[in-house]
Amino acid sequence: MSSSPDWLALRKDFPILDQKVHGRPLVYLDNAATSQKPRAVIEALVRYYERDNANVHRGLHELSNRATNHFEAARARAAKFINAPSADEIIFTRGTTEGINLVAQTWGMKHLKPGDVILLTEMEHHSNMVPWQMIAERTGARVAYLPVTGDDGLLDLSQLDSLLTPQVKMLALVHISNSMGTVNPVEALCARARKKGITTLVDGAQSAGHLPVDVQAIGCDFFVFSGHKICGPTGIGILWGRQEILNSLPPYQGGGEMILTVGYDRAEFKQSPQRFEAGTPDISGPIGLHAAMDYLDAIGRDKIWKHDQELAGYAYEKLSAFKGIRLFGPKQDRAGLVSFLLQDVHAHDVVTLADRAGVALRGGHHCTQPLMHKLGVESTARASFYFYNTRAEVDVFIEVIGEIRKFFGQ
Amino acid sequence: MFEDLNDLYQQVILDHCKQPRNFHELPSANRSAQGRNPVCGDQLKLFLVLDGDTLRDISFTGSGCCISKASASLLTEHLKGKTRADAEKTFAQVHELVTTGQSAGDVGKLAVFAGVHKYPARVKCAILAWHALMGALKGDAEPVTTESEQD
Ligand SMILES: Cc1ncc(COP(=O)(O)O)c(C=O)c1O
Repeated sequence: MSSSPDWLALRKDFPILDQKVHGRPLVYLDNAATSQKPRAVIEALVRYYERDNANVHRGLHELSNRATNHFEAARARAAKFINAPSADEIIFTRGTTEGINLVAQTWGMKHLKPGDVILLTEMEHHSNMVPWQMIAERTGARVAYLPVTGDDGLLDLSQLDSLLTPQVKMLALVHISNSMGTVNPVEALCARARKKGITTLVDGAQSAGHLPVDVQAIGCDFFVFSGHKICGPTGIGILWGRQEILNSLPPYQGGGEMILTVGYDRAEFKQSPQRFEAGTPDISGPIGLHAAMDYLDAIGRDKIWKHDQELAGYAYEKLSAFKGIRLFGPKQDRAGLVSFLLQDVHAHDVVTLADRAGVALRGGHHCTQPLMHKLGVESTARASFYFYNTRAEVDVFIEVIGEIRKFFGQ
Repeated sequence: MFEDLNDLYQQVILDHCKQPRNFHELPSANRSAQGRNPVCGDQLKLFLVLDGDTLRDISFTGSGCCISKASASLLTEHLKGKTRADAEKTFAQVHELVTTGQSAGDVGKLAVFAGVHKYPARVKCAILAWHALMGALKGDAEPVTTESEQD
């Protein structure tokens, strides 16, 4: 299967894309915030609720067996999706944010001491920053940052040696930046950290659904992502961690399903993944996510990646022709998004006007406020692409940006 | 392409956002307050020379979208020389205007913000400077935010 997928046919799998917004055909370019869902995913959810709904792991009846089987099949599928060695290393969470909080609170509480350092990068999403700040506050550890060089959104790797001090216990970094489109060299960074005995976490929110991911090749200890950004439902995400680490950690929340035995004064806990999944979980979420992972891999994430990159490259090139525009992120090897600012036009005005023309963009700090401040801006406008977007849509987007400039007298 | 946006981006608004009036610090200010819109990261600072109950002078600095800048600019123009009671009354009128599209009484040029109510996400932008004003009048030390404002 080396032939190029029929992208236009795939687009028809997404009922939501076939609509007008403010009288214009919808051009959905906010995929980094959340992706749309193909019919296969929507139908998997409906099928589950119409035929198989029951609680998991508890019942001895037919429906409960079916629900449990589907739930655990999704776990195995997620392991395969990121090439994890075992399904027992896959923990269902609400999303990337909860996955990072879980690691910060369990691993962090167990391992961090006063004076220890959690090394992040300046381009982290708030969800890979705030949980670490919170655990640092509680443990006396400190957060340090690998700098970003400037508008090109690249990590300043020349600082790495001096930052990888013996105090560093955790390196947590984003695989693909949601505000810059940078693809970070996670394999190399995790290898460096590993040599020094530093635990690593990779935030795969923007990578998991866009390019083939192999956690063993990356060489990290934890990997997190969200279902809703990869064609799955909201409210479900994946945390992968190495089994030996997971089973050494304290539980995250207490409750049903995570215990072996409970007495009035103490309880014994199960191993991973149940140890970290207290209570009735989101059951339809993993089932929808399973369908999404099947859907993406039937297309091929290598092909999706190429398609996304081509659209973003095309958009970047067209945007650079506008006088006074400020473009963010690397010129080469960018992921499928472009972040920009028009001269003297605020990003929110760009987004409001684009919306009137049917084009859905994002404007704001993209939950990377410290990076925005460092670059001396409050916000940027962002167009983010997925495989169902077309070159014709990029043309509409560019035309609309041209009109917005005219509207503001440029 | 954007004809139907003219109710939001009225000419007066575009003019004030491109050339904001009283857009500077005020060294003689005896009151000031910051306004922040946490959703978009916008912030502005309002400076007042409060002489008894009279707003002798008023200015602002900061960054924001067209709507928030124009709103701050028109605020300063509208209230210079007015009293604290005028300012409080106008705040209530503007608040009603940007949330419902109507207001009791004449608000002069500020009526250009009536269209904002059709764009719920932008109400916070239009009201930011007004919240900062109320903070400055009260003498708040903490920055005011638009968090309590409904989206
Ligand atoms: C890079 C990155 N990390 C983390 C997140 C948080 O994901 P979620 O809100 O699904 O938990 C996002 C999405 O907004 C993201 O883009």
